[in-house]
Amino acid sequence: MKKLLTNKIFKNNLITYGIVIIAFVVISIIKGTGNLSSLFTGLLVPLCAYIILAVSLNLVVGISGELSLGHAGFMCVGAFSSALFSKCVVGTMPDGLRFLLALIIGSVLAGIIGVLIGIPVLRLKGDYLAIVTLAFGEIIKNIINVIYIGRDSKGFHFSMTSEMDLNLEAGGETLINGAQGITGTPKDSSFLIGFILVMITLFIVLNLINSRDGRAIMAIRDNRIAAESIGINITKYKLLAFTVSSVLAGAAGVLYSHNLNNLQATSKNFGYNMSIMFLVFVVLGGIGNIRGSIIAAVLLTLLPELLRGLNAYRMLIYAIVLIAIMLFNWAPGALAFREKYSIKNWLSKKTGKEEM
Amino acid sequence: MALLEAKNLSISFGGLRAVDEFNISIEKGQLYGLIGPNGAGKTTVFNLLTGVYKPTEGIVTLNGIDITAKKTIDLNKAGIARTFQNIRLFKDLSVLDNVKAALHNHYVYSTFDGIFRTPKFRKCEKAMNERAMELLKVFDLDEKADILASNLPYGKQRKLEIARALATEPKILLLDEPAAGMNPNETLELMETIRFIRDKFDMTILLIEHDMKLVSGICEELTVLNFGRILTKGKTSEVLNNPEVIKAYLGDE
Ligand SMILES: Nc1ncnc2c1ncn2[C@@H]1O[C@H](COP(=O)(O)OP(=O)(O)OP(=O)(O)O)[C@@H](O)[C@H]1O
Ligand SMILES: [Mg+2]
Repeated sequence: MKKLLTNKIFKNNLITYGIVIIAFVVISIIKGTGNLSSLFTGLLVPLCAYIILAVSLNLVVGISGELSLGHAGFMCVGAFSSALFSKCVVGTMPDGLRFLLALIIGSVLAGIIGVLIGIPVLRLKGDYLAIVTLAFGEIIKNIINVIYIGRDSKGFHFSMTSEMDLNLEAGGETLINGAQGITGTPKDSSFLIGFILVMITLFIVLNLINSRDGRAIMAIRDNRIAAESIGINITKYKLLAFTVSSVLAGAAGVLYSHNLNNLQATSKNFGYNMSIMFLVFVVLGGIGNIRGSIIAAVLLTLLPELLRGLNAYRMLIYAIVLIAIMLFNWAPGALAFREKYSIKNWLSKKTGKEEM
Repeated sequence: MALLEAKNLSISFGGLRAVDEFNISIEKGQLYGLIGPNGAGKTTVFNLLTGVYKPTEGIVTLNGIDITAKKTIDLNKAGIARTFQNIRLFKDLSVLDNVKAALHNHYVYSTFDGIFRTPKFRKCEKAMNERAMELLKVFDLDEKADILASNLPYGKQRKLEIARALATEPKILLLDEPAAGMNPNETLELMETIRFIRDKFDMTILLIEHDMKLVSGICEELTVLNFGRILTKGKTSEVLNNPEVIKAYLGDE
């Protein structure tokens, strides 16, 4: 009996990995034969970043049961810190090592900020996290827009007013130029790296969920008082989920920024509407359903592009698809239907191995 | 020395003195009953003993050590486990995982072990599965290990709560109306199970119950609460024949 359960989880996870691997191989082949439009090719790396963001946000929203509206903010921290690092050290080390270090810096910094936000907020009972993370995301974006960092022979210069204020000597280089952001980040990201990071994210999140820590996190989500009564440290495990999620969001930011020659913090890429979009991925994919998050992130990123030809009807169809997925995933009737006609049930009935 | 002892335990909610100068002394291995009409303050006593509420006055000791006003999690580690009157299971976890969650502090491996599936992880999980199944078997729940806790029938949910509490390896088990919502057959079965737990695990049990058949069937001693105060206490048969107790219950009807 218990074997069956662990096997079921194992199989389920394998399917998730399998889907991602197959999708990667298929797209790589199409791309290799030159049949992928440049528009789609350009979307591949951001898509991987969005998948990582959706999966990591699901860890907070679905598994830990807390609402976070600042995922774009953590992504932003990872993106800018790593891009700044890469720009500073470009030419001094091999590209692979540089990207690896950038990845570590971006994720760790996002993780540290996650801890700093989480420690005070996750102690409180109630939905304070949503408000604080929402504010955090906006604050980060706005701060980055007024940061100027330059470098010349005398070292680093820092200002929060203007590029002129950096007083760079001739030959000095502006690293972060306020609202114009960072220009000339080495283009270290690729679809392959995106794929690898998605797989690592899945590995971390799925294994975490199916472990002692994951059980504690979900126990707290399901019933805080009962979890306390069996000796589980509430703050510790809420913080663990939130921090891991922040680290992964930071990694997604690193992937994202090393794909862009010109990185700016605008509301279009790091604003709260992006955080909400990641939340939409999670909700539509099914709260707590990791595979669903991936599928929703892919569909909802590609759909607007696929519908581009339809111009005026584009947003209308997008909205209809959103509602359709929502109904499919959450309406009680649809749930019952799926329960009744799922392949799994059909199979178990056939072989007469119904679990009960 | 008593295993669990409370002296002059009191708490007020606004003007209401929900528990007033509560005293209890439970010996190791005892099956002790806490009874009283609705709203008498029984659940509040449990909440005081498990750190959900902090008492305004009084002290609690476990094995002679002062544990007053400790946090719930520390009280569980010290050896107090409980079930809830309004069932509080982890409803989206499997029956097995509900018990495994409660093994949290007894089978420990790190987050790193968990993510990288180290040999320690495998060994620990295997031991947890075995231990959890053993506990589920006591409650006839081993066949249901794989289903979601929320899909269990009501009576079995109550049993799962007891299994979960036992998994934390407590010194004393507090059961809040374990038979509520059970039919007479299930209640009889539950009585057997409670007795079995006491004997097999050498457990000390304090239980709240309205079902007098269960109370008179298994409790050795009783304390009766009425309006937050102790009405009487003593041997079960004596207490249940006490006219004041009968009056308190009838007056409540
Ligand atoms: N958190 C609280 N705030 C205010 N009043 C409370 C609180 N908890 C309990 N009370 C009050 O304390 C009194 C005792 O409640 P308690 O739940 O302990 O009763 P009980 O003996 O368990 O009753 P029952 O048999 O119905 O479960 C009630 O009047 C209740 O309304
Ligand atoms: Mg009660």
